Amino acid sequence: MKDDMVITRRRALLTGLSSVAGLALTGCSDELPPTYGNLLRMGDVLTYKAHRLLLPARSLAREYTHAQISSSPAIGTTDPGDPTRSYFDVESGPIYDRLRHGGFADWHLTIEGSVARPQAFSLADLKRLPSRTQITRHTCEEGWSAIAEWTGVPLRQVLEAAGILPSARFVQFYAYDAIADGIDMLDALHPQTILAYGMNGRDLPVPHGAPVRLRVETQMGYKSMKFLQRIVVTDHFDDLGSRGPLHGGWSWYAGI
Amino acid sequence: MLRGSTTGPNDVPPAPAPHRPGDDRHTLWVRITHWLTTASFLTLAFTGFVILMAHPRLYWGEVGNSLTPALLELPISRNYQHGGWEDVQPFFEGAESPVSADRTFNMFNQNSWGRSLHFLAAWILVATGAVYLLTGIVTSHFWRHLLPRSGEFTPQLLWQDLMRHLRRQFRLATGGPQYGLLQRCAYLSVVFVGMPLMVVTGLGMSPAVTAAYPFLSGMFGGFQSARTIHFFLFAALVLFLVGHVLMVFLSGFRRQIRAMTLGE
Repeated sequence: MKDDMVITRRRALLTGLSSVAGLALTGCSDELPPTYGNLLRMGDVLTYKAHRLLLPARSLAREYTHAQISSSPAIGTTDPGDPTRSYFDVESGPIYDRLRHGGFADWHLTIEGSVARPQAFSLADLKRLPSRTQITRHTCEEGWSAIAEWTGVPLRQVLEAAGILPSARFVQFYAYDAIADGIDMLDALHPQTILAYGMNGRDLPVPHGAPVRLRVETQMGYKSMKFLQRIVVTDHFDDLGSRGPLHGGWSWYAGI
Repeated sequence: MLRGSTTGPNDVPPAPAPHRPGDDRHTLWVRITHWLTTASFLTLAFTGFVILMAHPRLYWGEVGNSLTPALLELPISRNYQHGGWEDVQPFFEGAESPVSADRTFNMFNQNSWGRSLHFLAAWILVATGAVYLLTGIVTSHFWRHLLPRSGEFTPQLLWQDLMRHLRRQFRLATGGPQYGLLQRCAYLSVVFVGMPLMVVTGLGMSPAVTAAYPFLSGMFGGFQSARTIHFFLFAALVLFLVGHVLMVFLSGFRRQIRAMTLGE
């Protein structure tokens, strides 16, 4: 009983402290990532705010030569359709497996939310849009890095095709491995932020996120989500509940 | 022992006589920044080690991962030399082609809270460091107490001071910043070389920061080089900490702690 009270008091104190500082940091805006929960999230938001305040907005990440392409580990979800894996999602896993065996001909990427024209893009639709090829470094939060050539359509093209509303602030991505995550509009409109369908000159392999993955070159690897299913444009920050990174304690902003 | 007197053997130089207020005691701002730095450094060292455990391999250049050779592998977690990779597929024609492979094992990874805490501590350290550097300049603390006096910074004198330390002949705690030559060199290296390089190599690992300022990783030869240097600086700073704490014990633990805490 006494122990419980101590923990509760400490937690209350921490929560109180972080909300006060959080409010001071964000100016009570719900258009910013969360400062709630604990001191760690407060530090993350400080980093995010500092980057947005101090770094020039449109800097391109370094691009490399073809000779610098390296081996690339595939980690996390390597096949959303494999029912023996712990990450297998009973709802979307079998759908992914069916789409995969159909060569992703029936795969569609829907874009909805704060857009004028919600729509669904097939793989062929995406490939018809202007493409961008970039040889960039994947910087994994674990500490390793790999260089690969990515080909895809700039996210900006897709957002403009759907017509983002002036109120839109964040872009959320839902994937077939039950993971969801989001980025702000600055990263979403970044020229190197692409929906990649090609890797090293071929179709994107399944372990690397087929048929289409996100590439966010100004953040760490885990923000470049694989196996995309759905894009939702929102006016406000969404922590995406148990599907989002914050649920597992991961920082939402990973520009570091 | 009498406060401020030299009690070591005869060849130990006496402490310079205090000539300004604050010269014989640690000032309040030195004491506050000292302990804030201590707390944030210990947090950074611990969380940095936790982050390293997720991938205990070091490389040189831009790129390094489990499918490429390492410069150094540290046996510090179950991820060490893990062979659990399958479905190796070459990207291009030819035997030299880079490959893709799937990870099959459940790795150790506590970087979620580890990295957030690392950065929280880093912010505190950077803020504390900025206050310390600014105050050190404004109050001329660096000139009066840290920078070697003219003619003092010679290999011969450094060697003599080192030998005195090894023979355990050094001044006992004076309760203030009357530092010896070796001591001043150690502090100067940490304050003006170790810590700033730690910050710069840290920034050199940031995708967003290096996109804006590519030289931050370029000057080290790439992302992985910056990470490797970051690690060796960590090792050097931990060595300094061990030496520093050892000297605090050997020169009078109680006296030193009271001096750095209460300013007595």
